[in-house]
Amino acid sequence: MGAPAQALLVATALFALGLLAVLVRRNLVFTLLGIEVMLNASGLAFVAAGARWGDAAGQGMLLFVLAVAAAEVAVGLALVLQVARRFGSLDPDRLTDLAERAPGGSDA
Amino acid sequence: MIGFWIAAAVALVATALAVTRRHPVHALLYLVVSLLAVAVLFLLLGAAFAAALEVVIYAGAIMVLFLFVVMLLDVGPPADDSTSGRTAPAAWLGPGLLAAILAGELAWIVRSSSSAHGAAAVDPAAVGRLLFGSWALGVELAGMLLLAALVGAFHLGRREDAQ
Amino acid sequence: MPDAARSLLWVVPAAPFAGFLVLALAGRRLSRRRVATVGAGSVLLAGLATALAAVAYLGQPVREAWRQALWPWIEAGPLRVEMALRLDGLSLVMALVVTVVGFLIHLYATESMEREEEGYARFFAYLNLFVGAMLVLVLADDLLLLYLGWEGVGLCSFLLIGFWYRDPETVRAARKAFVVTRVGDAAMAVGILLLATELGTLRLSELGPAAASAWGAGSAASLLAAALLLAGAVGKSAQLPLQVWLPDAMAGPTPVSALIHAATMVTAGVYLVARTHALFLLAPPVMTAVALIGAATLLLAGASALFQNDIKRVLAYSTISQLGTMFLALGVGAFSAAIFHLMTHAFFKALLFLVAGVVIDAFHHEHDLRRMGGLGRRSPLLFALALVGASALAGVPLLTAGFFSKDAVLWRAWNAGAAGPWLWAAGVLGAFLTAVYIFRWLSLAFLGRAPSHLGPPARSRILVPLLVLGALSVVGGWVETPAVLGGVHLLSDVLSPALPVPAHETGSNALEGALMSAAALAALAGIAAGLAWAGRGPNRKEEARIVEFLRRGWGFDDLYAALFVRPLRRLAEGVGREPLDRLYDTLAALARVGNRMLAPSQSGVLRRYAALIGAGAALLLAWGILR
Repeated sequence: MGAPAQALLVATALFALGLLAVLVRRNLVFTLLGIEVMLNASGLAFVAAGARWGDAAGQGMLLFVLAVAAAEVAVGLALVLQVARRFGSLDPDRLTDLAERAPGGSDA
Repeated sequence: MIGFWIAAAVALVATALAVTRRHPVHALLYLVVSLLAVAVLFLLLGAAFAAALEVVIYAGAIMVLFLFVVMLLDVGPPADDSTSGRTAPAAWLGPGLLAAILAGELAWIVRSSSSAHGAAAVDPAAVGRLLFGSWALGVELAGMLLLAALVGAFHLGRREDAQ
Repeated sequence: MPDAARSLLWVVPAAPFAGFLVLALAGRRLSRRRVATVGAGSVLLAGLATALAAVAYLGQPVREAWRQALWPWIEAGPLRVEMALRLDGLSLVMALVVTVVGFLIHLYATESMEREEEGYARFFAYLNLFVGAMLVLVLADDLLLLYLGWEGVGLCSFLLIGFWYRDPETVRAARKAFVVTRVGDAAMAVGILLLATELGTLRLSELGPAAASAWGAGSAASLLAAALLLAGAVGKSAQLPLQVWLPDAMAGPTPVSALIHAATMVTAGVYLVARTHALFLLAPPVMTAVALIGAATLLLAGASALFQNDIKRVLAYSTISQLGTMFLALGVGAFSAAIFHLMTHAFFKALLFLVAGVVIDAFHHEHDLRRMGGLGRRSPLLFALALVGASALAGVPLLTAGFFSKDAVLWRAWNAGAAGPWLWAAGVLGAFLTAVYIFRWLSLAFLGRAPSHLGPPARSRILVPLLVLGALSVVGGWVETPAVLGGVHLLSDVLSPALPVPAHETGSNALEGALMSAAALAALAGIAAGLAWAGRGPNRKEEARIVEFLRRGWGFDDLYAALFVRPLRRLAEGVGREPLDRLYDTLAALARVGNRMLAPSQSGVLRRYAALIGAGAALLLAWGILR
């Protein structure tokens, strides 16, 4: 197996780890962290593919992934700040105001 | 090739540690290590520009931002990972299984395709030509995205009691 | 002079319409006297205009029809319909009957409706509207205008039957009349559409030639058109099978029964067939049907009239029966005989109804004949008038108009081909039945002993119309007598340009005389039988089922109730439960059930959502791999 393929496997593993962080940890910071890890893994996958084909597009995509990650982190952290201020806790399991209660509200 | 394995191992271990720490700052620092290891991987794949980006932007800017905000939060070790400390080990089972399945499928796909090809180096000049050429519009759009994020973060992060 | 009269033809229908407008808009503010003046006066005016026109028309050296175009009405493709009035012998006779009899009844009503607490003006407004519509009907130059008048009289019939609208039974009767005649009207409308689209014209004078050239005699189109028009006539004139509404229509005030349901509106069907005779002559099977319907109705209604106990219902069934006689005449091609009988029937039937009104009042609103009696002794004049009317209806020989008109019909019937003698026999049997029931009627009301204290005698406004009608019931027949008795042909002369003379005038005078005598004997025998039966006093035993069946009009009401009324009602109730809404309600309920089942999946827990996304991705990949 060539280097790009192996890099893809590494990316897969990193992605899985990031997903775990999102699914298991009950702290919004770690949720964001997991997302960052997943984004990084996808960036690695792009670059590996670019290296396989000798195409600059792989690295170009990395740039865009990075831009998205930055934007997401900025806004996400601002939201985390708000959550911390309003709810006093960073546990996503406590933030269930949008849950669908049992029907019995107004019918259309 | 040995460098490849070492860098890969470092990246994986550091990420695993990052995901499992109690203290968010510890986790972030391990993540920085992981990012640097991935930058090495980029270099070994012949993508120098990518490596530079990874270090400068991802580890250097994004993670720094992350660290600052986390320190602002001042949450401390328990970090609200349920009232009994971090989540119980049993909680890792289900998600672990799901992640394993997903990873397994992806790995299977990688192995079943023509994976013997080596890495062809792509120099920064080529990337530059691409970004300033056919992808120029995308770059501009990315810039606008960042502007939007900037405004959004500014607005969302404000304190309510400001007059 | 003729031109002046001709140009004033429009006054004839316009005067009653003007009366209607005045009374409808301002009637409540006027005094009863003024209302009566406007109400009766407008009809009088129409009558005078008609008389003027009659003089001018008949004075022409050559009797050609008059046409007064008022304004263009419809222009739709090739069809051009104008609001135009036509005066020829037929419409002149009809208009005279409507206005003269109408005026007399109006006069009567101004007195008889005095005791109404409210609605005096409303009554005369409706009555005027009716007369106007009826005049439009008979003076129409165009079939569509005729239909306008047709619908108008139908509306007024509904309004007037249901005059005492607070009583639900009355309203039911009005509704029944409207719905049943509607069946005929709808068929007639289809017929009119057929004529309009196929022939391109609805002018009454052009229909015959157009149909003859476009369709020819005996063709399917002619049959269809004639049959549809016949359906309309059957409905309006209460013939089989649409006769069920007329007995119930007696729920209205007596003047209404006299005017609308005896003298005029119900005769519109006869007029229609006579007017469009050219179409009917192109369809011999339909003519046969007309005759058969007439004969059957004549007998069935006559049998039913025998056993009625309500003073007005006897007359109602009698009217149905006499209309049957007119249809019989039409069916055998004796159009002028039919109109002759229409005219005389208007006189004596109106007379009988008005007399019945007086009788009802005299017995304090009692309608049941079995509880009446002895009125003759108290009011001899009334009795005499009633006797005149009854004799005319029975066709007492030589002395009454009814005799001459009925004889004209019977003679033509005998001469009508192979079935002629059978039709004649039916007519004679009908005459017998008529005499029986009407003299039973007379006897129960006027003879015998008075049951209790009677009301006050009638006043002049009541008596004058009765006297005039009585006189007409006697002399009205002298306008047309058979050869044996003088050979006067005044009426048929007047009618002749408009109506054809029956082709077969075979048979000798002697035969005619013999047949006449036979019919006369039948009438006299019936009179005797009727008096005897009534004289037997109230029948204590249980009535036989057959009698009940006959009294209830041969079960037609029950038949229609089972066939139409009940299924329609059930259908209406079913639809009333809004089945389509239920369908949509079910869909809505399903959506709600779905919501209840799926809502728990929106738990609000972020990690669970992420897990679901991951699981979904895993599934998709698996599917991709396994393909």
